[in-house]
Amino acid sequence: MSTEKDLDAYQEFIKGIWRDNPVFVQVLGMCPMLAVTNSAVNAVVMGGATLFVLVGSSFLVAAMKHLIPKQVRISLYVIIIATFVTVADYTLLALLPKVHKELGAFIPLIVANCMILGRQEAFASRHSVRYAVMDALGMSGGFLLALLALGGVREILGSGSLFNVDLFGDGFEPWVIMILPPGGFLTLGLILLFFNWFTVRRRAFLQRVAALDAEEG
Amino acid sequence: MDNLIWIFISALLVNNFVLAYFLGLCPFLGVSGRLETSFRLGLATTFVLVVTALCAWILNTYVLIYAPYLRLISFIVVIASTVQFIEMAIKKTSPALFKALGIFLPLITTNCAILGLAIFATNRGYDLMEGLVFALGAGGGFTLALVLMAGLREETELSDVPALVQGTAMNLIIAGILSMAFMGFAGLFSSG
Amino acid sequence: MSTPVPVQPQREPGSTRLVLAMALAGLLAGIIIIGVYEATLPTIEANRARELREAVFQVLPGVRKMQALRYDGRGLVPNPGKADDDTLYAGYDGAGRFIGYAIPAEGPGFQDTIKLLYGYLPRQRRIVGMAILDSRETPGLGDKIYKDADFVANFDDLAVDPEIVAVKKGTSTAPNQIDAITGATISSKAVVRIINRARSRWEKRLPAPGSGPAPDRME
Repeated sequence: MSTEKDLDAYQEFIKGIWRDNPVFVQVLGMCPMLAVTNSAVNAVVMGGATLFVLVGSSFLVAAMKHLIPKQVRISLYVIIIATFVTVADYTLLALLPKVHKELGAFIPLIVANCMILGRQEAFASRHSVRYAVMDALGMSGGFLLALLALGGVREILGSGSLFNVDLFGDGFEPWVIMILPPGGFLTLGLILLFFNWFTVRRRAFLQRVAALDAEEG
Repeated sequence: MDNLIWIFISALLVNNFVLAYFLGLCPFLGVSGRLETSFRLGLATTFVLVVTALCAWILNTYVLIYAPYLRLISFIVVIASTVQFIEMAIKKTSPALFKALGIFLPLITTNCAILGLAIFATNRGYDLMEGLVFALGAGGGFTLALVLMAGLREETELSDVPALVQGTAMNLIIAGILSMAFMGFAGLFSSG
Repeated sequence: MSTPVPVQPQREPGSTRLVLAMALAGLLAGIIIIGVYEATLPTIEANRARELREAVFQVLPGVRKMQALRYDGRGLVPNPGKADDDTLYAGYDGAGRFIGYAIPAEGPGFQDTIKLLYGYLPRQRRIVGMAILDSRETPGLGDKIYKDADFVANFDDLAVDPEIVAVKKGTSTAPNQIDAITGATISSKAVVRIINRARSRWEKRLPAPGSGPAPDRME
């Protein structure tokens, strides 16, 4: 673990969005990820709820890290996270009852998203509030983007719409399988494949550049 | 009786926890490399699921009717501590059983399938018997999915798979095809 | 800009301190949760009540007021508390005259349990409306049981004797037949079976036609 001096708030934010994207790179938080991404709206609400929980608990954990006894820290993190999730659950139930009905049991299941507990243990408990919040924003932002990508692709192909706006008119026959469970597995599998391909290509490109530099030098 | 069979079949096949609800994906993708391990993990999970159903019912009946807002926190705390307690008990009384299943127990507590079962059973208003049958079905379904996946993955190790596809991407695509196959079970109970 | 956080040497805290920390955390969590629960409860309950009212008014045309009733083993009594398996809703017109019942029912569908509500006129022995409250039927096929207006319209005037039967689309001739959805026969039949089962369960429980339950706790 690096010391605080090496940190740059912007870097902490951006790493979660792309380089260490919790879904595409670290493959964390899969259950809420796949279950609720059959439409873009559900994906955004789920991502928003996760963002609220992660930022809130990271803030608290970082602010109170000296008060938390080491021996019971995991239990305390879980209590903090569960409190935020309950708050998010009731708030959504009151404000967006229709979406809440579709997400159903998966809002409380945010508690079991290993990404959230993982960030408390690996980051928030060892850094100041400012960096912990930036890290949480980046990670949950990356999670939200991943959910949105998956939900968007599945809704466009599976329902022919995006954010409930019809895209293709009557001529389009929706690929129903995409909004069913198999579509979740397949879409995420293909996106990961694309990420792999991109990483491999980028590495090959960098190697070629390095080789050319060496030749010239 | 009809109702119980429907709950069991539904959780086992039609609404399989892993392949239709995406619950318990971490062990599904992480541990399903070997058939033997998968089967044991499945058994241990089924055991924890049954304990969870019991805990959830007790909490729902005696505590949460007075304080529904404590549902999530109490589920987590009670289930985790019960499982930990059982783990210690098994370790003391039956070292052989502990060796076979016990090492998985702490892992399982953080499995979303456990919390998912408690929440689903509550949302659907299951009584004790229904809850236990639901847990058995869900555990059986989890074991089935895990064992099938492990069998397929052992096969792929012997095949010539492009390096790009290996790993999680391929496992997810296999899971997608399995999930499609399980969709064939839909309608099993109402086509009569 | 960034100040290094000194890592404090961890003393071994006594168990009193651990218990104290846990208790404090639990207390704080409890206070926050209760606060949010109390703050959101009125909205949540209002949402639920509105949804239920809308569904009842939808399946019983002409209804302006309703009350929840439950079967207590002998007859129907007002049920101000939580709805259970023995709960139904009586609908009244603007003047408080009894019109019919809205009966909730559920059972296995193609994918998962289907929950629905249907409107029943005991005097005419007819079903006058049906609304799906909850289902996970296949999108694009089974979900037509609530998305297909033609299918839902089947239940707008339907005789219940001897029982409801689903037939192939376009072939319904008798007043107790409905057109099944092409490509979603199982879901269609599931809806019919759920209603038939609920109807035979409630048949003997409902008071004789003409003596509808008096409005007591109307909303």
